[in-house]
Amino acid sequence: MTHRESRRQTFYMYLFISPWILGFLVFALYPILSSLYYSFTDYDIIHPPKFVGLANYTEMFHNDLFWKSVVVTVRYTFISVPIQLLLALGFALLLNQKIPFRGFFRTAMYFPSMVSGVAMSLLWYWIFNPSIGLFNYVLSWFGIKGPAWLMSPDYALYALMIMSFWAAGSGMILFLAGLQGVPSSLVEAAKLDGAGRFRIFLNVTLPMISPVLLFQLIMGVIDSFQVFTQAYVMTQGGPNYSTWFYVYNLYTSAFKEYRAGYSSALAWVLLIVVMLFTALIMKFSNRYVHYEGGGRK
Amino acid sequence: MSTIPAAGPTASPSVTKRRRKVDGVSIASFAALIVTTFLMLLPLFFMVSTSLKSKKELLRFPPTFLPDSWQWSNYKEIFETLNFGQMYMNSLIIGILTVVGTLLSSALAAYGFARYRGKGSNFWFMLMLSTMMLPYPAIMIPQFILFSKLNWLDTFLPLIVPAFFGSAYNIFLLRQFFSTLPDELFDAGRIDGCSEFRMWRQIALPLSGPALATVAIFAFIYSWNDLLTPVLYLSSSDKFTLPVGMSSFTSSRFRIPPWHLLMVASVLAMLPIVALFAVAQKRFVEGIVLTGIK
Repeated sequence: MTHRESRRQTFYMYLFISPWILGFLVFALYPILSSLYYSFTDYDIIHPPKFVGLANYTEMFHNDLFWKSVVVTVRYTFISVPIQLLLALGFALLLNQKIPFRGFFRTAMYFPSMVSGVAMSLLWYWIFNPSIGLFNYVLSWFGIKGPAWLMSPDYALYALMIMSFWAAGSGMILFLAGLQGVPSSLVEAAKLDGAGRFRIFLNVTLPMISPVLLFQLIMGVIDSFQVFTQAYVMTQGGPNYSTWFYVYNLYTSAFKEYRAGYSSALAWVLLIVVMLFTALIMKFSNRYVHYEGGGRK
Repeated sequence: MSTIPAAGPTASPSVTKRRRKVDGVSIASFAALIVTTFLMLLPLFFMVSTSLKSKKELLRFPPTFLPDSWQWSNYKEIFETLNFGQMYMNSLIIGILTVVGTLLSSALAAYGFARYRGKGSNFWFMLMLSTMMLPYPAIMIPQFILFSKLNWLDTFLPLIVPAFFGSAYNIFLLRQFFSTLPDELFDAGRIDGCSEFRMWRQIALPLSGPALATVAIFAFIYSWNDLLTPVLYLSSSDKFTLPVGMSSFTSSRFRIPPWHLLMVASVLAMLPIVALFAVAQKRFVEGIVLTGIK
């Protein structure tokens, strides 16, 4: 590339990406940095911020609601994300066979994912009604007396997990795409070597789709660290703070109690945890995830 | 069929491409499929049937699966009592403008990343990718303060304007697509004296219809379903979007929430998404696969 050509390329690259750079500076970088600053201040949005050092962070670690929100969010994530992934993978495996009405089944499984978060929350709020709801009625067919679900501090979080399984269909689409990328020659070769269905899945299919699995794991964890809609619409964090999710806690302290400084500290902890988690999963997965054509990059 | 593997190009990309003998495992998995499908569709069915029940039938136990008398008037009532039409319009306006902004800005940035190798292009590209991981709650407070200083509270602007500056997922998706366009096209354009901007508009964009459609669909769905952002910014009820308005119905305004009407709202809120899915199923699948957006 000549010097002139390279300057020309640089010029046009920046010209085309300049709207994004501007947006990045104003809507991402500036907010990140200023929330770092706010996190060291006492700030109620109306009066100017007052520097308080690490006070917000020390308060956080002594705040019961903060710990409650961490426990709720982590429990929800650790239980619901793996099950969602297993369900999505299971659906995909079922649908990746030559079966009648495959298109119908695929659409039917995906359909719930088209219901928006709020509509889904309203629907399931109604379904989980302890006395006249559909869920406990269906359970009663099997002789099970269902709990009070969203009205019960012991069961509300589980109710939200069950609801999240209903939307496993979009993950299924990702897995289906991954499964269809598995070369059939590999499967045939394994069959010739006498491998059974389970072995083929474990030693051929699973390694081949492990990048999809990893991607969904990361996105699933990041998403579920940010649960808000369900808590806002269905439970308002209750009963007895049993669904007091991290972002709901952040939202209340920022926009109900107007504690922008303290909530900015919460925001930064979330940001760091999400980054750490992403890095951790990426690192850990290097050993297990198979990328076609050798290592990553 | 025999167990000898078929030679030559495979007709179908699916793993089990040859007809297998129907055995226990396939029957069991087909049964599992039917049961799960039933369980997945049951809540949806219940949503539609509840939307057609009368207020009295709503509270009956056990719940009826089909309404005794079909209250089609519910679908009229919601527009008369709950200011539903206004919210629907608000959501549509915001959704459409978001799509326009996202398409324009993301296609520009994606073109810049795909077609030019300038100084620092890797740095900016990696930076762009890393913003995909950025949680919105982590930046919403300073954004809120910024928009309140601009006097944009209780307007649609905070929901629309950021879309005009590109979003990482869509830039990435379009960049992947633009990279596949053959260089010869652009060389030919250059020889004909086409400006760089015109090449973007008259060569790259017309060839990228499917990718642009995917971006448009997902930008619309995201805006249509978003709750957190409009909850922060919209305070007067005539500005509410569908998600904000619908979530407000469960609050203290009603002693017993009108569930039949809320189910009407849910059904109607779902319609545009279902319609998009019906006309562009392939783009849907593509979008989910390429970006992992759900």
